[in-house]
Amino acid sequence: MSDKNSWEIVMGLEVHVELATKTKIFCSCTTEFGGAPNTHCCPICTGMPGVLPSLNKAVVEYATKAGLALNCEITRYNKFDRKNYFYPDLPKAYQISQLYLPICRNGGVEIEAEDGGKKTIGIHEIHMEEDAGKLVHDPWTNSTMVDYNRCGVPLIEIVSEPDFRSANEVIRYLEKLKAILQFIGVSDCKMQEGSLRADVNLSVRPVGSEKFGTRTEMKNMNSFKAIVRAINYESSRQIDVLSHGGEVMQETRRWDDGKGVSFAMRSKEDAQDYKYFPEPDLIPIEISEETIEQTRASLPELPEAKRRRYVSELELSEYDAEQITKSKSLVDLFEQNLNAGYPAKEIVNWITGEVMRMLSDSGREPEDMSFDYSYLGALIGMVQKNEITRNTAKKVFKAVFEECCDPVKYVEEHNLKTVTDTGAVKTVIEEVIAANQKSVDEYKSGKEKALQYLIGQSMRALRGKADPQTVTAILKEILG
Amino acid sequence: MNLECMTALELGAAIKKGEISAVEAAKFSLGQIDKYDKKLSCFVTVQDNVLARAEEVQKKIASGEYTSPLAGVPMGIKDNMCQKGIQTSCGSRMLYNFKPTYDATAVEEIMNAGAVPLGKLNMDEFAMGSTSETSWFGVTKNPWNTECVPGGSSGGSAAAVAAGECFYALGSDTGGSIRQPASFCGVTGIKPTYGSVSRFGLVAYASSLDQIGPLASNATDCAAVLAEIMKHDSRDNTSVATKGINLDAVMNMEVKGMKIGIPTDFFGEGLDSGVASCIESAAKQLEAMGAQIEKFDMPIVKYAIPAYYIIASAEASSNLSRYDGIKYGYRAENAGDLLELYTKSRSEGFGMEVKRRIMLGCFVLSSGYYDAYYRKALQAKALIKSAFDKAFEKYDLILGPVAPTTALKIGENLSDPLKMYLGDVYTVMINLAGLPAASVPCGFDLNGMPVGMHLIGNYFDEEKILGAAHAYQQVTDWHKRRPTGLDII
Repeated sequence: MSDKNSWEIVMGLEVHVELATKTKIFCSCTTEFGGAPNTHCCPICTGMPGVLPSLNKAVVEYATKAGLALNCEITRYNKFDRKNYFYPDLPKAYQISQLYLPICRNGGVEIEAEDGGKKTIGIHEIHMEEDAGKLVHDPWTNSTMVDYNRCGVPLIEIVSEPDFRSANEVIRYLEKLKAILQFIGVSDCKMQEGSLRADVNLSVRPVGSEKFGTRTEMKNMNSFKAIVRAINYESSRQIDVLSHGGEVMQETRRWDDGKGVSFAMRSKEDAQDYKYFPEPDLIPIEISEETIEQTRASLPELPEAKRRRYVSELELSEYDAEQITKSKSLVDLFEQNLNAGYPAKEIVNWITGEVMRMLSDSGREPEDMSFDYSYLGALIGMVQKNEITRNTAKKVFKAVFEECCDPVKYVEEHNLKTVTDTGAVKTVIEEVIAANQKSVDEYKSGKEKALQYLIGQSMRALRGKADPQTVTAILKEILG
Repeated sequence: MNLECMTALELGAAIKKGEISAVEAAKFSLGQIDKYDKKLSCFVTVQDNVLARAEEVQKKIASGEYTSPLAGVPMGIKDNMCQKGIQTSCGSRMLYNFKPTYDATAVEEIMNAGAVPLGKLNMDEFAMGSTSETSWFGVTKNPWNTECVPGGSSGGSAAAVAAGECFYALGSDTGGSIRQPASFCGVTGIKPTYGSVSRFGLVAYASSLDQIGPLASNATDCAAVLAEIMKHDSRDNTSVATKGINLDAVMNMEVKGMKIGIPTDFFGEGLDSGVASCIESAAKQLEAMGAQIEKFDMPIVKYAIPAYYIIASAEASSNLSRYDGIKYGYRAENAGDLLELYTKSRSEGFGMEVKRRIMLGCFVLSSGYYDAYYRKALQAKALIKSAFDKAFEKYDLILGPVAPTTALKIGENLSDPLKMYLGDVYTVMINLAGLPAASVPCGFDLNGMPVGMHLIGNYFDEEKILGAAHAYQQVTDWHKRRPTGLDII
C-alpha cells in the first residue's frame, strides 16, 4: 500500500485575503503595508479599555463583491461574532469574525482538472474578520516585541469544500482566485506581504474509498512553490504513516520552507475552545437586494470572460489568452497598450516572451512590475518604425523592467538607434573585412560558416544597431 | 450662600447670574471632599487641576461658550469612564496605573457642557458587585450609616452625591449599578434606554447591558445631565439617535391621567416589609396626584437573574480578556513564559468576584454548553423584553422596588455571592429589556436607611420617567433629606 498511486489526496483550502480598503475594518487607521512598528494604530485597533469598533462599510462592500465574483449566495442578514483566544498579537484577546452568519455561502470556481476537463471547486463560505498584529523576535535582547500595525486590517477568509485531489489543482485554484480578486480590486493578493495566505487541510485515503481520512491543517506557506512542496511532503508523510499501520493525528502543522518539512504545532487534544458568541458591540448588517444588484452590476469583466473575448475577438491563442488573464497586471499591461493602438499579437508576444522571462528570472510576480506600462508600447513602436532592432529592443526592455527606464530616452542616451546610413555601415564592414582576411579567404573557398562569423563581427562593430539583413547584403556585395 | 442644600441646576443658575463663581463652587466641593471623604472613600482619584479647570470654565461661561445650565457645577465621574490623562482603574488592581489617552464620549459631552470634574469615583471592581466592597481601592461607606454599604457598583457616585461631595455624578448601570446605590443612598439616578448614551470610553463589563447615566439629588438635575450626554455617537455602533431630553417637558409633566402598573411578582418573598411599605405609600401618593394605579402579573421576571448572570458573565469573560499583562496595567513579576505571565498577571490583578464571573462566563460559552446556557439566556432575554412590550401597551410607567432591602452592613453579602445576586432581582430585568428606569427616593425604613422606588418607562421615555419623578418630588421631600450624622463621625 505504500505505492503512492494507490492513495488519493483530499484537500480543502482556507484562504485569508487582506482587503485593499484604505482604512482598517473598525477604525480609521491606514491599512498600508509596512511602516515603522506601531505607527499605523490607535486605541481602537490596539484594543484599549473602553473603546468600541465602528464598522468600515467598504469592507462589507468588498466582501460582497468577492462573493458575487466567486458565484456565492450573499447573506442578507449578517452578524459578527467574537472568537476568543489569548495571544500577544491579538490585543483584545478576541478576534471579531463571523461564525454563525458568514456573508457569503455556496460559491464555486471553475478550474482545469488533471484530466484536462473542467472542474468546479466549491466555496463553502466567505466570512469577514480582522487581522492580528505581528510578533517580532529580537535575538539580541532575546525578547519579543509586538507590532500592531496589521491589527484590524480587514480580511476575508475563503473556505473551500474538500474538492482538491492534487497540488496542481490547488495552484490552479489559487491562481484563479488571485486573478479574480485582483480584477475586482478587492485585494492586491501579494503572498510575500501576507495579503494572501492559504492554509491547506489535507488527508489521504485509499483510491476508491468514500470515507475521508483524518486531516491535518498546514500553515505558513509563503509562495505557491512552498504550497506545492508542503502538499508533497505532507501527503507522503501521511501515506507513509498509514502504510506502516500508523495513525494520522488531527493536528495543525507549520511548514518550514527552509528545512522543507512541517512540524506539529498543536494537536486536537489541546485545540482551543474559541468560545464564540455574537459580538455585542456591533449591530447586525442588512444587505438589501438592491445593494447586491448594484454591486453585481459594478463588477468589471472577470478573467474568464476576458479570456474568452481575447480568443474570439482578438484572435489570441487559447494558451496566450490564458497566460495573460492569470494576472490583473498582465491584463492591464496588455490592454493599455492595445488601447494605445499597438497590435495585439505583437504585445502578446512581448508579454508571453520577454515579460514572463524577466519575471521568472527575477522571481517576481506580475504585480511587482513597477515600470510605466506605456513603455512597452513605446518599445514596440520603435521596432515597428525600424528605429531599433528587435535584439536591441530586448536589451532595452531589460533596462525598462529592472530600472523603469524610459525606453525612448534610454535608446537616445545609449546611442542605440539602428544605423540607417548604408554608407556608414559599409565603412564599418570594410574595416571588419580588412581585419579578418582569414575568414574572407575561407568564405571565398566556399565555407558559408565564415560569412556568419563576418556578419557577427560586423554586428558587433556596429554595436547591434544595424539591421542584420542590410549587413548581410552589404557583406555579400563587397565579397562578391 | 449655603451651597450644601443646593441642587446642580440651582448652583448652575447662581453661577450664570454671577452670584457665585465656578471657582468658589469648586473650592466648596473640594472642601466637602476634605471633610468627608476620609470617612467615606467615595473618590479613588481627586484631580489636581480642579481649580484651573473651574477658572477656565468661568471664563468660557463669561465669553458665552458654555451655555449649559450645568456649566461650572462640580461633579464626579465613575472610575470606569475614560478621561484623558486621568487614572481610570475600574476599581481594579489590574488597571491601577492606567491613564487613557482619550475621553469617553459621555465625559467629552459633559466637559463640553462646562462640567468641572473633581475626580474619579469608587466602584465595585469592573462594575461587578452590588456593594462597592470589591474595589481594590477599598470600601466606600454609606453616608447615612458608615457601617453600611452604599450599594454598587456605582457606590462612590451615589455616596458622593448623598454626602454633598459633588452636585451630580456619572455612573453606569449594567444590572442596577446606578439605581440600587441611588436607592441605598437616597439620591435620584436613572439608567437610560440602552443605546441612548454612547458607551465609547466606558470600560466594558457586559456590552449588551452597560449604560451610562446620572446620579443627582433630584429628577430635574438628572434630566439636565441626561440632556447633555444623550447624543448619538458614530463611535458607538449601538448608539441610537434620540430626540434628547427637554428640560421644560420634564418640569411640566403631569402625573394626572398616567396609567401606572405594579407587577404583583415584585412583591413576593425576599422583599423587606420596610421597603414594601414605602413603595405602597409612593403608589398611593401617585394615585392621589391623579395617576391610575393597577396591579398586574409578570411571571417571566423570575428568569431575569439567571439570564442576566449568564449573559453578563459571558460578555465579561470576553471583555476582560484583554487585561493580560502585556500592554498596560498590572503585570506579574518573575513570569517564566507567556502562559505564566498571563496566568499570574490575571490571578493577581483581578479580585475574587471578577474571577468568579470570568470563570462563570467561560463556562457558559464553552463548546457543548453554549446552547444550554447562553442561547437559553438570550431566549429568556427576548421573552422578558416582549413581556415589557406588552405591559407598555397598557401602562405609561411601571412601579416597584429597586432593591428588596435597604443598604446592608459592610461584609454581610461579600461572603455569600448568591445572596448578593438575588439582591439584583428587580433591576437586572430592565437591562435585559434595554429599558430606561430610575430610582427615586420615597422614604426610609425603620433603621433610617433610604428607600428608592423604581420607575420604569418604555423605550426612550426618559422624559416621562423623570417628569413623573419631578412631579412626585414637588409634593414630597424624601429627596431633600440629607444624612445628618456625617459631621459627628
